[in-house]
Amino acid sequence: MTEQSAVLARPPLPDDGDLDLLLLIRHFELALLDLFGQGLLAGTTHTCLGQEYVPVSLRPLLGADDFVFSNHRGHGHYLARFEDPAGLLAEIMGREGAVCRGVGGSQHVYRDRYMSTGVQGESLPVATGVALHLKHTSPGALACAFIGDGTWGEGAVYEALNIASLWRLPLLVVVENNGIAQSTPTACQMAGTVAARAEAFGARHHRVGTTDIGVIRDELAPLVSEVRLENRPLVVEFATHRLGPHSKGDDTRPHDAVREAEAHDWYRRYAQSDADRFARADEIQRDRMAAIVREVSARPLSRWEPCG
Amino acid sequence: MRVAENLNAALHGVLEADPTAYVIGEDILDPYGGAFKITKGLSSRFPGRVLGTPISEAGITGLAAGLALCGDAAIVEIMFGDFVALAFDQIVNFAAKSCTMYGSRVPMRMVVRCPTGGGRGYGPTHSQSLQKHFIGVPGLSVYEMSPLHDNRAVMSAMLASGEPSVFFEDKVLYTRRMYDVPDPFHSDLIPAGDTGPGVARVFLDDPEEADCVIIAPGGMVDRVTRAMRALLLDHEITCCLYVPSRLYPFDLFDSGAQDVGAGRLVPALRRARAVLVVEEGTAGGTWGSEVAHRIHRLMWRDLRRPVAQVNSLGSVIPAAAHLESAVLVGESTIYDAVLEALRD
Repeated sequence: MTEQSAVLARPPLPDDGDLDLLLLIRHFELALLDLFGQGLLAGTTHTCLGQEYVPVSLRPLLGADDFVFSNHRGHGHYLARFEDPAGLLAEIMGREGAVCRGVGGSQHVYRDRYMSTGVQGESLPVATGVALHLKHTSPGALACAFIGDGTWGEGAVYEALNIASLWRLPLLVVVENNGIAQSTPTACQMAGTVAARAEAFGARHHRVGTTDIGVIRDELAPLVSEVRLENRPLVVEFATHRLGPHSKGDDTRPHDAVREAEAHDWYRRYAQSDADRFARADEIQRDRMAAIVREVSARPLSRWEPCG
Repeated sequence: MRVAENLNAALHGVLEADPTAYVIGEDILDPYGGAFKITKGLSSRFPGRVLGTPISEAGITGLAAGLALCGDAAIVEIMFGDFVALAFDQIVNFAAKSCTMYGSRVPMRMVVRCPTGGGRGYGPTHSQSLQKHFIGVPGLSVYEMSPLHDNRAVMSAMLASGEPSVFFEDKVLYTRRMYDVPDPFHSDLIPAGDTGPGVARVFLDDPEEADCVIIAPGGMVDRVTRAMRALLLDHEITCCLYVPSRLYPFDLFDSGAQDVGAGRLVPALRRARAVLVVEEGTAGGTWGSEVAHRIHRLMWRDLRRPVAQVNSLGSVIPAAAHLESAVLVGESTIYDAVLEALRD
């Protein structure tokens, strides 16, 4: 019932900055799918359509001293941290100005204290080591790792949570539980719950059931502060929805499941709450992204010398 | 000084010299001091930077990579090298990749120590030499402990390289003495480039005038030199043994300068009547195959015969002593292989 009421509610539009960022990420991802459709992108990509509000809501809760680990579905995480669509698009297109010269591509990006990797569960032990470093060198800073519901199949997650809790490390685990791991529904790949898993390690758990950015921040702000002050790991589980395919063109979900995901789309609901303001903001970000695509596509190819 | 004491001193030295250095592993705290006592005394002297961990090889190797990513130095002890298989993803897909896959070099000062090899009756999952699985990984160096290389220099070189390293330590060496070469042989150390611990040699009088050149990692030194002595006494065959500290990338070949690496090796190889590569790893896809291939490419026309490879059998390593010794390379395996290689 709460899910249903969340669907029906028309929350007030977020502040301009948040709305712009949400829409930028949305149009970035749509632009990627469009470029793939035109055959202008090679390789693969995993869009975060429907999940954009997760990193946007966390943005003011994370500081420059915090280390963020992202995963294969990380464009929104990157854009929420740096607001650098041109650099990320250049990375994905292998163009000059790419964040990592086109070597890493969509899912291997490293900039300042932000790093994404493409292997499930790999980042959590590394984030634990970073959290240990931060605890010793910059108290108050934390390591944040984005994972999905499917990531809980990996043993490394449990090894890391155990150590983080045992050694009292400032680790924030953000679980984007979108109910599906590639093509496998969560119910077919996970016994028990994320909450019980966190509890088993003595880690605090909080479930976020809304897409309302203001509510999310109010709920999480004190909990994230506790991670910093008490050095206790926290698992935040977003009940979220993946609108698009796992990567591109590989969506085998039944029509109803896709429709159900779409019913939770913040974009659709915000569009209805303040139609004029939303439409203006939407158009600006769509045009901005289209200009970025044109500009980056015209750049020369990135250059890199293989090193051993 | 025993090899174990030398290695222990090396770890003390790293922690003492570098306040950002950590040693991490299972059961490494005092008073236990590690399954092989290599970390003895460390946790008492450097509490907070010597961390006893849960049984989580992937977790602690990733943890070390996280510290390294932040600029710290991290040394992980894998209790038995066999268990490094559990950390393969963190080493190959994270630590090694991180050096280069983000478009510019990211220094990772990180060493994964692996007590390795058989000869102690521990059976199939506690006796392997898994070096070959780590050969040829871009961004990853493979080293092997040797009684002819000061572990303090080796440890410094691994950390200074800024790349993750896997350090294989033949367990049998721990109780041996450093620089212990049987009479009448001598040993020296030739440089292998700008950095790194160099390549050790064991020879009779003139290292470049041997009947046979043997290339082997540190764990084989004891067995090879005993075989060399028996071959000299029984058949007046002279051998020169080359022992690289870094197995990969190849210190043996990577410099063409005359007084280092290949510059020293090539003339000796050219004069030798036989060349052997000896290692304890089981047959198939080995480090030695890669060494042999390099030598063949380097000087095929100058060799009198192809490089001979000496491995353990392609088998699991049994627990019972009589079965284990039938599988592993021993002194007599090497002795026989040299005679066979020299047979015209």
